[in-house]
Amino acid sequence: MSMLLQVRDLKIGATAYPPGEDPIDIGIVHGVSFDLEKGKVIGLIGESGAGKSTIGLAALAYGRGGVRITGGSVLLDGKDILRYTKAGIRDIRGRHVCYVAQSAAAGFNPAMRLADQVIEATVLHNIMGRAEALERARYLFGVLGLPDPDNFGTRYPHQVSGGQLQRAMTAMALCSRPDLIVFDEPTTALDVTTQIDVLAAIKHAIEETETAAIYITHDLAVVAQISDDIMVLQHGNTVEYGSVQQIIEEPHEQYTRDLISIRSDIKPEQPDQSGALLKLEGIDAEYGPNAKVLFDVTIHLPKGQTLAVVGESGSGKSTTARVITGLLPPSKGQVLFDGQPLPPALKDRSKDQLRELQMIYQMADTAMNPRQTVAEIIGRPLTFYFGLRGEERRRKVTELLDMIEMGDPFAERYPAELSGGQKQRVCIARSLAAQPRLLICDEPTSALDPLVAEGILKLLLELQAETGVSYLFITHDIATVRAIADSIAVMYMGKVVRFGPKSKVLNPPFDDYTDLLLKSVPEMELGWLEKALAGRKMAAAGN
Amino acid sequence: MSLFVFGYFTLLIAGSSAAAYYKRSEAFGVLFTVTLASMLFGILWGQVAFWTVGIIFASLAAAAGLGYCFRAYMVMLLPEQASRFMKSAPLTASFGLLVIIITLLFAIFAEQIAPFGERQIVGDVWEPATAEFLLGTDNLGRDMFSRLIYGAQTTIAVALAAGILSFSIGMFLSFTAAVVGGWVDQVLSRINDLMLAIPTLIFALVVLAALPQNIFVLVAVMAVIDQTRVFRLGRALAIDIVVQDYVEAARLRGEGWFWIIFREILPNVLTPLIAEFGLRFAFAILFLSSLSFLGLGIQPPEADWGGMVKDNKDGIIFLVPAALYPGAAIAILAVCVNMVVDWLLNRTASLKGGRG
Amino acid sequence: MAKNFGLGPVASLLVQRIGIGFLLILAISALLFIGVEMLPGDFARNYLGQSATPEAVANIRKELGLDQPIITRYLGWLGGVLTGDFGQSWANKASVGDQLFKRLSNTLFLATVAAVFAVPISVGLGMVAVFFRNKLPDHVINILSLAAISMPEFFIGYLFIFFFALLLGIGDGPPIIPGSPTWSLGNVGLVALPAATLVVVVLAHMMRMTRAAILNIMDSAYIETAELKGVNMMTVIRKHAAPNAISPIINVVALNLAYLVVGVVVVEVIFAYPGMGQYFVDAVRVRDMPVVQACGMVFAGVYIVLNMLADVGSIMANPRLMHPK
Repeated sequence: MSMLLQVRDLKIGATAYPPGEDPIDIGIVHGVSFDLEKGKVIGLIGESGAGKSTIGLAALAYGRGGVRITGGSVLLDGKDILRYTKAGIRDIRGRHVCYVAQSAAAGFNPAMRLADQVIEATVLHNIMGRAEALERARYLFGVLGLPDPDNFGTRYPHQVSGGQLQRAMTAMALCSRPDLIVFDEPTTALDVTTQIDVLAAIKHAIEETETAAIYITHDLAVVAQISDDIMVLQHGNTVEYGSVQQIIEEPHEQYTRDLISIRSDIKPEQPDQSGALLKLEGIDAEYGPNAKVLFDVTIHLPKGQTLAVVGESGSGKSTTARVITGLLPPSKGQVLFDGQPLPPALKDRSKDQLRELQMIYQMADTAMNPRQTVAEIIGRPLTFYFGLRGEERRRKVTELLDMIEMGDPFAERYPAELSGGQKQRVCIARSLAAQPRLLICDEPTSALDPLVAEGILKLLLELQAETGVSYLFITHDIATVRAIADSIAVMYMGKVVRFGPKSKVLNPPFDDYTDLLLKSVPEMELGWLEKALAGRKMAAAGN
Repeated sequence: MSLFVFGYFTLLIAGSSAAAYYKRSEAFGVLFTVTLASMLFGILWGQVAFWTVGIIFASLAAAAGLGYCFRAYMVMLLPEQASRFMKSAPLTASFGLLVIIITLLFAIFAEQIAPFGERQIVGDVWEPATAEFLLGTDNLGRDMFSRLIYGAQTTIAVALAAGILSFSIGMFLSFTAAVVGGWVDQVLSRINDLMLAIPTLIFALVVLAALPQNIFVLVAVMAVIDQTRVFRLGRALAIDIVVQDYVEAARLRGEGWFWIIFREILPNVLTPLIAEFGLRFAFAILFLSSLSFLGLGIQPPEADWGGMVKDNKDGIIFLVPAALYPGAAIAILAVCVNMVVDWLLNRTASLKGGRG
Repeated sequence: MAKNFGLGPVASLLVQRIGIGFLLILAISALLFIGVEMLPGDFARNYLGQSATPEAVANIRKELGLDQPIITRYLGWLGGVLTGDFGQSWANKASVGDQLFKRLSNTLFLATVAAVFAVPISVGLGMVAVFFRNKLPDHVINILSLAAISMPEFFIGYLFIFFFALLLGIGDGPPIIPGSPTWSLGNVGLVALPAATLVVVVLAHMMRMTRAAILNIMDSAYIETAELKGVNMMTVIRKHAAPNAISPIINVVALNLAYLVVGVVVVEVIFAYPGMGQYFVDAVRVRDMPVVQACGMVFAGVYIVLNMLADVGSIMANPRLMHPK
């Protein structure tokens, strides 16, 4: 097997321009090496900031946004492409190496038809004539499972769905028969049920065409389905590099082991005891006369437990949270808190009612006022609800900071100086300061790296054990649900499709949707993808 | 070939060579272009054009130098945080800040600084510049330089008043609309759109035609018309913030409107607001001057810069530059304010979503 | 207000915009007429000035028709406007309409000449600024345009006259413009100086906005995609950036043409050009209300129509709207 790509000691850096100071050079990748044979797939995995996209783009001799390759070599078929002239680099791109971007929706030109964009590189590099290229494009559309392959190319990007665009971008990359394709997190932005189809389509296509691939993702379970080798990255350094069997089944490094174990925890279910803290009875909600979004939602949450509300985008889970908090009064039905009906609108609720019900958000960045210090953010509920000031307030703030495992030194920091996980912890402390009985968690870990998310979930579970607070946990991720829920409600298109204790909900017999949802979650085992595909029909008109 | 010309070209060529030797491409580009331009103009149009290029280049260099020194001086004097802020100012903004401060000083201490009185007749009509009358005399024989200083007082005072009034009205209305929402927002926005559909100058002229002529009316009209722009920006800024999660968190907490506006929203819009105020001020200067130029602004005997242009415009054809001085003063002040605003806006952009 | 008139989405959007435009013009006419009347100050008294005895005021009121209820007068005026009759000037009893059309023609000629030069130069300069992004030419263009938009029109105008007199000698003033320059190529030279002044003012605005619009597009993800396919820069600009830039540039151009409307007024006064701007300012000085209202109406109308064209133009060039799902 000949070596297609040899990366040796690759170093990449950038220049930061902090306002009012001299520009400083920072390193992003610190000497990474790997090999890739023809027709094989290597998975680059790591958390955000690991440098995986940057390395992938280096295979095209490209640096995005002021990033420069500062050292090392990238040998394509034995020749170092970093030494090429501009014209030489342009020759490789689109011909020998192609790129599939993370967001296909943004990556396509809204003013050009899809077919024209898909064949552009092929025709430009004189690989085929226009007619032949269009034929190949149609063939690839079919291989990738797109609807109506003969006419699909005549559409414009905004006329097709996100999943279809992702596949179209893959077709664009395959069209010129490249030796190597760089896939940059191609399924991250898609729904779980769509993700599985696109992943299978990609695997099928690159196997058919014997193309080599660099597959970049932060999801180890996904990369385990598609790669031959895996490289684990952290802060621009190689943590571990080996075959997919070795990494998954016998990881050497602690970091790798942590990444693998993130989906293995399961919370033991609590039997339904002390009665319902929160009850939703027959809730209907709408955003306007003809825009009904919730249909007869009836669920309840026992005291001191966690109810997970699961669904994909558009299922109505966030809307349910808005109804509970009073931001969207329901058109029918009522919300009962500890047996008492809650006034449907926010402005009609008492201060105490507001205090007992707190919320944490998906994006911790925007959930905090950037001009307030951590102490001010956490301290405000103390003053607002309990009238604490001065020394008393400061003591309580320190206490809360300890509870979230951060401690006093953080009190005078601003949100911009905190990491993603730290920001979310501060938001948790802010809600705890009000001593609530119910905490609504709106996808609080979805925007965080897997290991950081683990930390937050562990913290939430500890806090629940300590304070007895109940959680309404909204998420789209089944693994998180297993780790944290006592009872589960599955939502689809505004209706509750399945509701009950975790053991009942996650075990057969299933309704169709829950079945689909559960089967779409990649497991950390080799060959899972093939099994899942064999188990269900891949819809020809899937999106 | 005079000594001056010789020295001038020697300096430029030496400078260009040095820049090329030390591989400073930008400096080389500038210096060599000026050298070539001077030669070209000198050959084509003789001494006068050559002098013009030389003077322009010298003034620009002086401005850059002044800006550099001023910035260094401020960085030295100011306390920690302000000093770091000042360091990020480009040369243009530093120079602009210097000019604004000087003009403000002129305006405040007009009586003390001006050599002659505002209405004092000191010589013949349109005398050329001498040591005593730095810019010559105007159409009635008054000292132009003193008139400019007093004009600064009038122009800045009225423009500032109109700017502050417009800014306050606009901010108040826009924040109310954004925070209260609902039909209040709809009504205010529609009225604002309606007023925005009429060009400012036309609107002002129509209204001024119907109203009695005094300074309060003038300031009021300018403010009411201009606040439409402030409203549009203020509302956009406020709405941007109002939909942030931390504002929703405050609402869910049960915070009142007062807290939300002053403690959540306002601290986050400070820099763009200051920049906008700067723009309003610059616009007020230009607007007032245009109105006075057309005879509908400040009435004689008080004079602002626009009115002075009107008084002296007949001399232009006879190569009397008197009308150009107040015009240049307006231009310089407006440019400087715009350069400072540009700097502030760039800082906001990098702070808000600066991704590297 | 998203009513679909049974037409395609683009057509109904257009109908909506044009409808709003007309409503706006109507509302402005009401504002100009009724709103102005409601301001403090009495027209009759102002008209008479010193000799404002009560009987004289009452007489003038009747003569000028100011004693009738305002709605009647407004509707009458509006009706007249729609048929081209703008009433009579208070200053010289001449028909406002006749003067208006003659002067409008002159003003439009001046504006057109300015636009013909300003638009290509500014769009071109905007592209140059983008091509040399953050290098010296971009900085220079940025500073020069910043200076240009800060300079009042009268400064630029008199500067031009000054240098004109300087170069051609004193006494040979700028060309005297006849009562009604006809629309011909030969007359372009006549209006050279006032047009040049207008060009400077508008060019700076248009160039900055063009630059911003193009930069916005160049930062899009699909431009990066094209680069990663090995397409060279010129082709990227031609095939990918340009088609998407048409919509925002049309918007920019139309908005700035609307801005020309305002600039024209001052420029005409500077050069004593017999256009609508001069007519308007003279009327305001002597408080000749019918003329003021008529001119205000026409200026506002042109401004609104141009804004509406900006809207319509960018809708028509928006690929997402032209090819709906």
